[in-house]
Amino acid sequence: MNSIDSTPAKNSLLSSEIGSERTLYPYVTGTSVIGIKYKDGILMAADMGGSYGSTLRYKSVERLKSIGKHSLLGASGEISDFQEILRYLDELILYDNMWDDGNSLGPKEVHNYLTRVMYNRRNKFNPLWNSLVLGGVKNGQKYLGTVSMIGVHFEDNHVATGFGNHLARPILRDEWHENLSFEDAVKLLEKCMRVLLYRDRSAINKLQIAKITEEEVTISQPYSLKTFWGFSAFQNPTKGAEGSW
Amino acid sequence: MFRNQYDTDVTTWSPAGRLFQVEYAMEAVKQGSAAIGIRSKTHVVLASVNKANSELSSHQKKIFKVDDHIGIAIAGLTADGRVLSRYLRSECINHSFTYESPLPVGRLVVQLADKAQVCTQRSWKRPYGVGLLVAGLDESGAHLYYNCPSGNYFEYQAFAIGSRSQAAKTYLECKFETFMSSSKEDLIRDVLFAIKETLQGDKLTSSICTVSVVGVGEPFHIMDQKTIQELIESFEIKEGEAADHGVVPDRTPEAAPMDI
Repeated sequence: MNSIDSTPAKNSLLSSEIGSERTLYPYVTGTSVIGIKYKDGILMAADMGGSYGSTLRYKSVERLKSIGKHSLLGASGEISDFQEILRYLDELILYDNMWDDGNSLGPKEVHNYLTRVMYNRRNKFNPLWNSLVLGGVKNGQKYLGTVSMIGVHFEDNHVATGFGNHLARPILRDEWHENLSFEDAVKLLEKCMRVLLYRDRSAINKLQIAKITEEEVTISQPYSLKTFWGFSAFQNPTKGAEGSW
Repeated sequence: MFRNQYDTDVTTWSPAGRLFQVEYAMEAVKQGSAAIGIRSKTHVVLASVNKANSELSSHQKKIFKVDDHIGIAIAGLTADGRVLSRYLRSECINHSFTYESPLPVGRLVVQLADKAQVCTQRSWKRPYGVGLLVAGLDESGAHLYYNCPSGNYFEYQAFAIGSRSQAAKTYLECKFETFMSSSKEDLIRDVLFAIKETLQGDKLTSSICTVSVVGVGEPFHIMDQKTIQELIESFEIKEGEAADHGVVPDRTPEAAPMDI
């Protein structure tokens, strides 16, 4: 799809004569990603679901990946576009390493590179249908930023994509503070992920948490959150409306 | 260096394995007026001797700001230097735009060196006739590099290029071990003394030289003439009190040691 990006000028980019060669809708999508700064670095969480419309089709999709030595990338949206972005970044990091000169691209540089890529694609009416969270630590400096599919980008102490913005960020605004310990930060993230699990239709109960500090990157094994469904209102759901289901 | 039958083309090797056109380009650097650079852990200072064709004309610009954190001083064909400085500025600004981050000096220097190398291997090109002292700051500290028309580059603690640069180098060689821990003021003092060494008995005034500084928390800038003149005057007074360590100051109007 990408190689036939530059259709001849006489065919408008918006026409469908030949058959459009640009992204119109996403097909296999990931839902929210949440990222927060904590005492030693950045923590990110995302579930492992790849939805095909309303079907929860793929349940082992890794949406958190490490980039170079200093960065972590999490993506929501079209999974195939995320894989394309990983290929771009792979090449970027490769060329960076080939200099072999002691300099390396930090999270700030990767974030801005991704912003350029996303914005340029948006200008060609052929976006990469993702919302990205980019976090990392370099030389003791923590960095956390986000880029949307139209190239909107900013940094903050806590960021989220999709439903995470509506359900997780309010919790983080109340409960995030500077210098969270690792345990507290994980608890906070799990609290947010639990709310998303209850309320986001495309969330599944299998998630990974990724940690990046000055020394190392770790992406956890997949695990599930404990949930509670024993509310009395669920005992006899049709109590007030006989005949319904 | 004499004319021979292998020196017409840059793409012709001599039997001794030399590319004479490249070496002649390096000669052009030696003919230009002097440029000197000194670096410490946190600062790099560049200075150049201002040469003017006549008293009526203005002098040539030899120090260029490439980015907030990088500047260059050139010696040789200044037109080539101007073109290269435009290339360097372009590379820096493109990097800043894509990565929101200053281009590491070491990478810029390699790109410049690769560009120079191309001209040593194309029959329809000629080598750039200019040597560049690249001074810059990045994550790994302060750096001073010398880029040669041959496409080679080296990192230096201190260096001098252009005519009568050997006199300056002799001065720098005596003092270079102290430079790493020098203050900015000491670096400027040393670079002014080094410039003085290259002047063949001419008086050192601020109209005859240009000095620029880049350092931690201090973007690259060229110092103004008035400040330089004040510094020269304050250093000359001190010079009368205590002679330079180990270097015989050439204060008589005799010819300084010729370069080459």
